[in-house]
Amino acid sequence: MHAVSRGAKRASWEVRRAGLVLALCLLPLPIVFGSLLLGRMDLGAREVWASLLGGAVPETVRALVLRVRLPRLLAAALVGANLAVSGAAFQGIFRNPLVESRILGVSAGAGLGAALAMVLRSGPLGIQGLSFIGGLLAAGLAMLLGTAFGGGILVLVLSGVLVNSFFSSLVSLVKYFADPYVQLPGITFWLMGGLSTVRWADFWPLAAASAIGLGGLLLLRWRLNLLTLSEAEAQALGLPVKRLRFLTVALGTLLTAASVSVSGVVGWIGLIVPHAARALVGPDHLFLIPAAAGLGAAVLLIFDDIARTLLPTEIPLDILTGLIGVPVFFLLFMRQIRKGGGWR
Amino acid sequence: MSLVAREISYAYIPGQYALSGVSLTLEPGEVLFLLGANGSGKTTLLECLCGVRFPQAGEILLDGAPLSSLPPRERAKRIAYVPQFPEAAFAYTVEEMVLFGRAPHVGPFGRPTKKDQEKVEKALELVGIYPLHKRAVNTLSGGERRLVLIARGLAQEAPYLLLDEPDAHLDPANQHRILSVVRDLAKQGLGVVATTHNPNSALLYGQRVLLLRSGKTLAQGEPFVALSPEILAEAYGITFQILGDGSGPRAFIPRVERKA
Repeated sequence: MHAVSRGAKRASWEVRRAGLVLALCLLPLPIVFGSLLLGRMDLGAREVWASLLGGAVPETVRALVLRVRLPRLLAAALVGANLAVSGAAFQGIFRNPLVESRILGVSAGAGLGAALAMVLRSGPLGIQGLSFIGGLLAAGLAMLLGTAFGGGILVLVLSGVLVNSFFSSLVSLVKYFADPYVQLPGITFWLMGGLSTVRWADFWPLAAASAIGLGGLLLLRWRLNLLTLSEAEAQALGLPVKRLRFLTVALGTLLTAASVSVSGVVGWIGLIVPHAARALVGPDHLFLIPAAAGLGAAVLLIFDDIARTLLPTEIPLDILTGLIGVPVFFLLFMRQIRKGGGWR
Repeated sequence: MSLVAREISYAYIPGQYALSGVSLTLEPGEVLFLLGANGSGKTTLLECLCGVRFPQAGEILLDGAPLSSLPPRERAKRIAYVPQFPEAAFAYTVEEMVLFGRAPHVGPFGRPTKKDQEKVEKALELVGIYPLHKRAVNTLSGGERRLVLIARGLAQEAPYLLLDEPDAHLDPANQHRILSVVRDLAKQGLGVVATTHNPNSALLYGQRVLLLRSGKTLAQGEPFVALSPEILAEAYGITFQILGDGSGPRAFIPRVERKA
């Protein structure tokens, strides 16, 4: 009888957690569909459905759904998932819950790439390409510096901070020399984040990078747990710690750089969504990583819906994530403290 | 079958040896205690033995083969290391934490299976903390956490278990509980090395002892033979006296001068 009640108790939590992870992973689907209805031109569910399945709808409606809204929404979902997953992975391997996906200076590097592309007038794909390269370059530099000083966690974080502020200064330098009437506003708006210009051509490179990064981290996700132990413990458990840490950072950087190059700088998601996911399904990365992916996608889709529909003009994403995200985080935080669990 | 260190030396800073020329042999079924003052090289020796550090001179042989030649996963299947405290950055449950001990048996992209889960249960039963298995490790007492780590070491199913100060920061009951668990494990065929600051732990629970001073071996052998007030005085720099009953020495305690 002892054994029976024991088994039943375990099953209940494990079934609940598995169900929660599955629900979070599926959550973006209905939100994408619902978001297809929203916009400056409100559409009915039937029109959207018909557009997706090739039914009879006016060509303008089909174009709006398939060529404008769908790529943007799918990009929003991927950006959200990428930032949340890389944030969760980085918080794990840096053993620090305050770390986020931008810790290694990816955003600043991507910002520099985008700013340069705008000054050089190289068009939307040039902006995406250069900011992607800039992001990878900055994080690569941070990793190189970190490795040169022994590859420990602290030096890696410190290198990220250094590279971040260095590249931020470079962005300011480019802004300073940019044409104040045309280029400067462009750079400033890009840095505030937004998805209004995303089309399929922007979406596919993002999808390819996401497939590699998300796929890799999903495969590694149980091992990520071991990297959250002390280095000696992880080594004693037979882990090639430095190699695995490097691989994780590389995959996370790929995700972040690909996302930032499409969406501009979007804060908050890569820091808070991992915490929210951890509060829901616990710290085991086996469940945390997929949960963070689904939750991140859902949250960014909702933010993007607000950005598109709240005011006649688009609101930059980074402003929204900050204004709404911070109070929400605060409420979550207070609830957790009241529950007496602390915030971990 | 043995874990052997041959004349190993280790220096954190070139020229300054934390460990020099230390040799030891551990057979399955025995508990070997490492004693010595703070900074005498106990932890360094332990970390060399479990393959986290590589000695600059000498060699470590695991069942006859050089430890450094083993791939990390193979090594971890045969030597388990139990640190003083769990240092996880997040609030894992006891069960999850012990499951990490299965890492060397799980493939690089794999995840633990039902069989691993069963081994975890067995390990938790063995150290007597199964009822805690759903608790978060960071909500447990110091003694319970220590037992979680020992269970993790057991779940690793390695024939050699290396423990860093298993009896530190614990009340006498918990000390006894943990060291009895360790002694019983050795009786079942495990080879155990444990560092300690308490010579009496070696007397009560160990088959052998190795006493270090400034990285060198001061004494080695059966606890009753190797340890004496004189040798302890040399190791720690204070005078000791023996307490005993009819059967022989039971404990060493520092000699305290009473004021008149």
